[in-house]
Amino acid sequence: MKNENKVSTYENPFLPEPARIVRTYHLTEDVKFFQVRIADMEKALSFKYKIGQFAMISVLGAGEAPFSISSTPSRPGLLEFCIRKTGIVTEAIFRLKENDMIGIRGPYGNGFPVEQMRGNDILITMGGLGAAPLRSVLLYCLDNRDQFGRVILLHGAKKPSEMLLREEFLSLKQRQDLECHLSVDKDDTGNWTENTGVVTTLFPKIENLVPSSTYALVCGPPVMYKFVLKELLKLNIPKDQILMTLERRMKCGVGKCGHCAIDYIYTCLDGPVFTYWDVIHMRELI
Amino acid sequence: MKIVKLKKENLFPFLEEISKEADLWAPTKVESDRHKFQAIDDLDQIDIEYTRTILPPRKIILPPTINMFQASDKEYKEDFSHVSKKIIFGIHPCDLHGLLIMDNFFTHEFYDPYYMESRKNTLLLGHSCWPDENCLCKSTRTHIIKEGYDLFFSKIDDTYIVWIGSSKGDDLIRAKEDLFEEDISDKDIKKYTEWGDERDKAFQTEINFDSLRDLMELKYDDPLWKKVGNACLACGSCTNVCPTCNCYNIQDRPVLGENYSEIKRCWDACTLENYSEVAGGENFREKRSDRLKLWYTHKFQVYITEYGKPGCVGCGRCISTCPVDINVKTVGKSLDGEKVDSFWNRLDKEVTK
Ligand SMILES: Cc1cc2nc3c(=O)[nH]c(=O)nc-3n(C[C@H](O)[C@H](O)[C@H](O)COP(=O)(O)OP(=O)(O)OC[C@H]3O[C@@H](n4cnc5c(N)ncnc54)[C@H](O)[C@@H]3O)c2cc1C
Ligand code: SF4
Ligand code: SF4
Ligand code: FES
Repeated sequence: MKNENKVSTYENPFLPEPARIVRTYHLTEDVKFFQVRIADMEKALSFKYKIGQFAMISVLGAGEAPFSISSTPSRPGLLEFCIRKTGIVTEAIFRLKENDMIGIRGPYGNGFPVEQMRGNDILITMGGLGAAPLRSVLLYCLDNRDQFGRVILLHGAKKPSEMLLREEFLSLKQRQDLECHLSVDKDDTGNWTENTGVVTTLFPKIENLVPSSTYALVCGPPVMYKFVLKELLKLNIPKDQILMTLERRMKCGVGKCGHCAIDYIYTCLDGPVFTYWDVIHMRELI
Repeated sequence: MKIVKLKKENLFPFLEEISKEADLWAPTKVESDRHKFQAIDDLDQIDIEYTRTILPPRKIILPPTINMFQASDKEYKEDFSHVSKKIIFGIHPCDLHGLLIMDNFFTHEFYDPYYMESRKNTLLLGHSCWPDENCLCKSTRTHIIKEGYDLFFSKIDDTYIVWIGSSKGDDLIRAKEDLFEEDISDKDIKKYTEWGDERDKAFQTEINFDSLRDLMELKYDDPLWKKVGNACLACGSCTNVCPTCNCYNIQDRPVLGENYSEIKRCWDACTLENYSEVAGGENFREKRSDRLKLWYTHKFQVYITEYGKPGCVGCGRCISTCPVDINVKTVGKSLDGEKVDSFWNRLDKEVTK
C-alpha cells in the first residue's frame, strides 16, 4: 500500500508570512538595509535558517523576489536584508517605510556548509552586493568565535560611498580576533584611511595561510570572481573548499517553477552555494 | 490486478453514471484530425478514436492560469478554485506516464498543494491506443502502463477489457456493477495478446534513448546546437504541449478597485527569451541554442539520471507541433549521428542571428 499520509495536512509552501519592517535606511545610493520581523511572534522566533540561505520577499501589488538573508541565525527574531533597487519589486520595496508590511517565505537554498567549515580558517572575500550573504557568515563566525580558526575579511568597493556596510566593517577592525581588510578602487573623498586598489591587492596582506584548512567564501559581481578565484587558486586552496553563491532567476524557491534550473540541478534547492569544483565541472554555472 | 469486461454499448451508460458525481473530461474532435481534452456535457462529443490531443491532460489538473491566493495588507487567502472532482476518460499510456512524472516532481522535496490537491480529486481512466509515425513511446518504454490509473480500458473489437488500478477505480465499477462481466475467457485473452503483438509491430519510429543521455554530455558543444538554435522561433510551443514540462511563472495582479492582489500562477516555457534573465539585464541563456539545450537535457538526461527513465514519454506532440521541425525525433536522431538536419542547415543560411 502506498503511503498517502501527507494528505490534507500539507503546508502551503507558497503562502508568505506577513512581516513588519522594523528599520530601514540607505547603505548606498541604490542599496537599502531592511530589518524585518515576522508578525506572528512565535513564527518569528522559530524561523530557523542557515547562513547563506535566502528568502522570498513579496510586496503587495508588485510581486516577489529572492534575497539573501544578511543577518545571522545566532541572533534570532529579526531578519536583515540588503536590497538593491533594480526593477519592479525592488523599487516597491524601496518605497516602504518602517512599520509597513511585506510578505516573507523561506528560508530556501542549501546555505554554507557550516559543519564542514567548523574548526577551519575562514577567508571571506566580498564585493558589491556580495556583502549581503557573506555578512551573515561573518557575523555567525564572530558570534561563535571559538568554533573557527582565523577569520579573515577582504572587502572591496569602487569608492568609499559604494562600500556596503562600511561603518559596520570599519568598527569591526578593532576586534583582535578578526583580520579585516577593506579596499576601494579609488578614494574620491580624500579621507579614506584603508587600502586603495582593487580587492585582489588585499591578498598579499594575508600571511601564513594554511590552504588545506582554509575555506574561502566569495561573493560579488561577475568580474570579481574571475580575479579573486585566480588568487585563491594561487594560494592552493582546494577547489572544493572555495565556496561561492550564485544568482539565478527564481520564482518559487522550492524547486517547482523550473526557472533556476542548471543542468540537472535547481539552484533554489541545491544552491545558491556552490564549490569552485561544482562550477568548473557543471556546465552553465558561470 | 482485478480485471473485468465491458461491452462497447455499455460504455456510455457507465460514463453517464459516473459523471453524475464529477466533471467528465474526454477527447473531442476540434477539426480534421486534431483533438483536445474537453469537459463533456454530452457524451456524443467524445471521440475516442484519437491519436494525440493538442495539450496533454496535465492542463486539466493544473490549468494554464490559476489563482494561488489573494494577498492583502492583512492576510493571505488561499484559492483552490481550480480543484474540483474530475474524471478524465481516454488517457493514453504515454500521458499516464507523463502524469506519473508530474506526481513525482510535485511531491519531491517540497509538496506542491496546487498540483496535488487537484490531482487527488481527479480519477484517471486510461484507454488503449494505436501508434502513428510520430509515436515514440515504445522507445521510452511508456507504451504500456501498469500503475498510475484508476481504470484502464483496452478495446478489443466490441469489448473492453477493463483493468482496475485502484480502490477508487473499483468503486466506480461498483456504482454500475451490472454493466460489467467478471469472466475473461481464453478467447478474450488470445485476442488481447494478439492485439498487443500487432500493436508492437505498428511502431514506426525508434530512438535510442539509452545512448542519448551520454550523447547529451559528449555533444554538448556540437555544431548541431547552433543550427537548431538558429532555426528555433522561441515560440514556446514545444514546452506547452509536452506532458512532462512543469515550468511556471508567478504574477501579482492588483484587483482594480479593491485593496488586494490576486497572485497568479501561469505556465511558462524555458524556450522563451527572458526565461533566465535576472536583475541588471543579465541573461544566462540569451541564445536560443542554450535554452534548447536545457530543454533537451531535461528530456534526454536529467530524468534518466534521477529516476532511471527519460523525461520524454514519447507522446509525439513536439513532433506534430514545432513549426520548424525541432523535436525529440530530429534532435535525438541527429545527436545519434543520423543525417536528418538538412532542414536546419537551410535555415542556417537564410537566418542570421
Ligand atoms: C539566491 C538569490 C539571492 C539574492 N540576494 C539578493 C540580495 O541579497 N540583495 C539584492 O538586492 N538582490 C538579491 N538578489 C537579486 C534579486 O532577487 C533581484 O534583484 C530581484 O529579483 C529583482 O527584482 P525586481 O522585481 O526588482 O526586478 P524586475 O523588475 O523583475 O526585473 C529587473 C531584472 O531582474 C530580473 N529578475 C526578475 N525576477 C528575478 C528573480 N526572481 N531573480 C533574479 N532576477 C530576476 C528581470 O528579468 C530583470 O532583468 C538575489 C537573487 C538570488 C537568486
Ligand atoms: S519531448 Fe516531445 S515526445 Fe517527448 S513527451 Fe515531450 S512532447 Fe512528447
Ligand atoms: S523548438 Fe520549435 S516549438 Fe520549441 S520554441 Fe523552438 S520553434 Fe517553438
Ligand atoms: S526558483 Fe523555482 S525551481 Fe528554483
